[in-house]
Amino acid sequence: MIAGVALALLLPLAIKGFFLFQLTLALIYAVAILGLNLLTGFNGQFSLGHSAFYAIGAYTAAILMDQADVAYYWTLPAAGAACFIVGFLFGLPALRLEGLYLALATFALAIATPQLLKSTPLEPWTGGVQGIVILKPEAPLGLPLNSDQWLYYFTMLTAALMYAGAVNLMKSRTGRAIMAIRDNPIAASAMGVNVALYKSLTFGVSALYTGVAGALGALTVQFVAPDSFTFNLAIALFVGLVIGGVGSIPGTLLGGLFILFVPNIAEELSKGLAQAVYGFILIAVIYLMPSGAAGLIRLIVGRTARSRSQPVHFETASRSARLTRETPMSSSTSGDENAK
Amino acid sequence: MPAALLETVGLCAFYGATQVLFGLDLKVGEGGVTTLLGANGAGKTTALRAVSGMVQTTGDIRFCGQSLAGWATEDIVRLGIAHVPQGRGTFVSQTVEENLKIGAMSRRDRAAISSDIERVYGYFPRLKERRKQQAGTLSGGEQQMLALARALMLRPKLMLLDEPSFGLAPLVVRDLFEILRTLNRAENVSMLLVEQNASLALDLADRAYLIETGRLVMTGAAQDLRNDENVRRAYLGY
Amino acid sequence: MDLFLHQALAGLATGSIYACLALAIVMIYAAINHLNFAQGEMAMFSTFIAWQLMQWGAPYLLAFVGAAAFSFVAGIAVERVLFRPIHKAPVLSHIVLFIALFAILNSLAGFIWDYNVKSFPTPFGSRSLFGNGLVSSHDAGMMGVAFTMLVLLYVFFRHTRIGLAMRAAAANPESARLAGVRVGRMISLGWGMAAAIGAVAGIMIAPVVFLDPNMMTSILVYGFAGAVVGGLTSPGGAVFGGLAVGIIENLAGTYIPYVGRELRLTIALFIIVAVLTAKPSGLFGRAIVTRV
Repeated sequence: MIAGVALALLLPLAIKGFFLFQLTLALIYAVAILGLNLLTGFNGQFSLGHSAFYAIGAYTAAILMDQADVAYYWTLPAAGAACFIVGFLFGLPALRLEGLYLALATFALAIATPQLLKSTPLEPWTGGVQGIVILKPEAPLGLPLNSDQWLYYFTMLTAALMYAGAVNLMKSRTGRAIMAIRDNPIAASAMGVNVALYKSLTFGVSALYTGVAGALGALTVQFVAPDSFTFNLAIALFVGLVIGGVGSIPGTLLGGLFILFVPNIAEELSKGLAQAVYGFILIAVIYLMPSGAAGLIRLIVGRTARSRSQPVHFETASRSARLTRETPMSSSTSGDENAK
Repeated sequence: MPAALLETVGLCAFYGATQVLFGLDLKVGEGGVTTLLGANGAGKTTALRAVSGMVQTTGDIRFCGQSLAGWATEDIVRLGIAHVPQGRGTFVSQTVEENLKIGAMSRRDRAAISSDIERVYGYFPRLKERRKQQAGTLSGGEQQMLALARALMLRPKLMLLDEPSFGLAPLVVRDLFEILRTLNRAENVSMLLVEQNASLALDLADRAYLIETGRLVMTGAAQDLRNDENVRRAYLGY
Repeated sequence: MDLFLHQALAGLATGSIYACLALAIVMIYAAINHLNFAQGEMAMFSTFIAWQLMQWGAPYLLAFVGAAAFSFVAGIAVERVLFRPIHKAPVLSHIVLFIALFAILNSLAGFIWDYNVKSFPTPFGSRSLFGNGLVSSHDAGMMGVAFTMLVLLYVFFRHTRIGLAMRAAAANPESARLAGVRVGRMISLGWGMAAAIGAVAGIMIAPVVFLDPNMMTSILVYGFAGAVVGGLTSPGGAVFGGLAVGIIENLAGTYIPYVGRELRLTIALFIIVAVLTAKPSGLFGRAIVTRV
């Protein structure tokens, strides 16, 4: 853990500009995926439209900097707040939508977003098809860092706060209520949990996370345009969620790295093949490791522990069994067995 | 007892990891009626579902001497085993006549199907009056009639009947059992009958089994069970 | 008034395509209780197959039939290979597979046929019918093909044995099995037919929106809107809904400044959310009952 943090902190001194830029982006995607995971993994609601919240966050930041000269660090809370409100409001009707129908509504949202951003009424702010170019933030207090390095640290700091927030939220009373709704909404409401309110709130918080990521993304790329936020982005976030493991907070980091680097590798093989690679990997995940990478890691750790000592094995195994059961996807394993 | 049409040997059934039936040996004679008695949750419905291949089982199920182990429900049905499930399972948004046609889905003899529809209407004139009506609009008794009628469209050798009297008025129940008796006598349809109303069931049946928590506790001719002191007190109520 | 009528008619033409897609969506929903998010990409891929056949010199009709037949077989294959093994898995697993299918087909089409926009022929010509350019002979032909197909499907479901078996399997799989209906085959057949219907829709709309891997994405959203308006459990409702969405879209484009022309997808989104929120069973659908 400490070694990991040290490595992450010292990395910018060792690696070059573009790779550092990519790492920053991977971390930003991880935060966006974390937002999606709060919704799907912990509250059991599905969204195929988180690219829309990422877009709202990015545009909020870009417009504030472009039109009102707001300092870059103030754009993050603004983007978060904007997305929280939009997410909460979208979550209100969504309350009545069971899993599949919510997926449908968010699917339509993701596909409608680029068209909305290009539209004439919004053009004075969004710049239409052209988008908005913004300036890269400089390191403050005369720190001896170039702007790539500073952005990396800035993103890291923000991400750390967001992850800490997510972990604490899920450990709190509110978090238990959120998860109770995922596991059994009727029982949760019988226990006095206000299901409607918590579902909307979770949608809002989820949008907030993805929106802040969008704002960070705008700062890093220095540019926003409608076609950066198509359904492909929604697919990417969804893939990151599934790869990292639905319901796993550390898994989102893996998901972020995955959706940044795997398409690049695939694109090198052939142009346009990235999406197909996503597709095949998704199928493999469903059939081979329904709890995602986090589940795979748990499995490996469990095995190693087993071979070392018996008592540990028992403890680890039962714990991982419980965790697997907690992820909503795990019962697909039994579906597999039935098929055989 | 005549030769066995249906015979189970050491039949066990499972819902996931939970075992529900423990080694049942059941027999339905050719042209006979066998009834399963027992309290709620004893495993009677599961026994029928096991025969139809709708639950996981071990042990053997033989129909006309052929083992059904591992068969799919559709294929078991096509041998001539008509299962009338509890709660009837009619197709509520289809018409009465369409329900009957669905019942004959495994047959291809068009002319015979049409004449069978008329024959079945002969047993259930009420259904003929309502042939164009959606099944969901029928009363409970009519729906039960429809479920039976649909099963007959299969030209079954064996009917698995799960609580046919459930939720019906006494008069309707009496009619229903009269029809079952006629089917058995006149058309030589064998039956495996699960019924809460033990008195009615024992009247119709020639053979009876008493099940408690998935195990057989008593086997014999229907008449013997009827005269048994314990059965009388627990299930017949007099 | 003439403008209104012609715009409504033009809306009806595109609406007939939405109706086809909505019907395909409803058929798969009836078979497996899930929404096929890849329905549009399947249709797009089928359209490319037709285009490829014509590139190889096949006449239009042969390409049309060939693509529909290919789609039928491919639809069955997708069901058997991808979805049957996980039919008991939770919603999320299904969504993941639909998204996977979406991504693979989109990417594969781009890989094989590249992303350049291609024109697609129409057998009906593109003469303007009322002299004002609003309704073309292709629009009329497209409507004709779509309506013919819908009528054939109606006859199939209402008056044939297999059609009845499919309805039974969709309405109550367990009872259908007890009546000897081979439910698994009916589900496969539903997929095959949905894929073939999608192919016809794609081939008909391609001359209007042009052929490229992303041609169906927004059309699918209208298809969904149509299916939702009609109620996801009602094939007739889906057809009505698709037509209604086509007309609404076109009239809004004519009479509402900006919003109508530039925010058509937002209108579809609005329709979807509004209907799902206010009346989730749509205009003609069965109420959706959640099992406890």
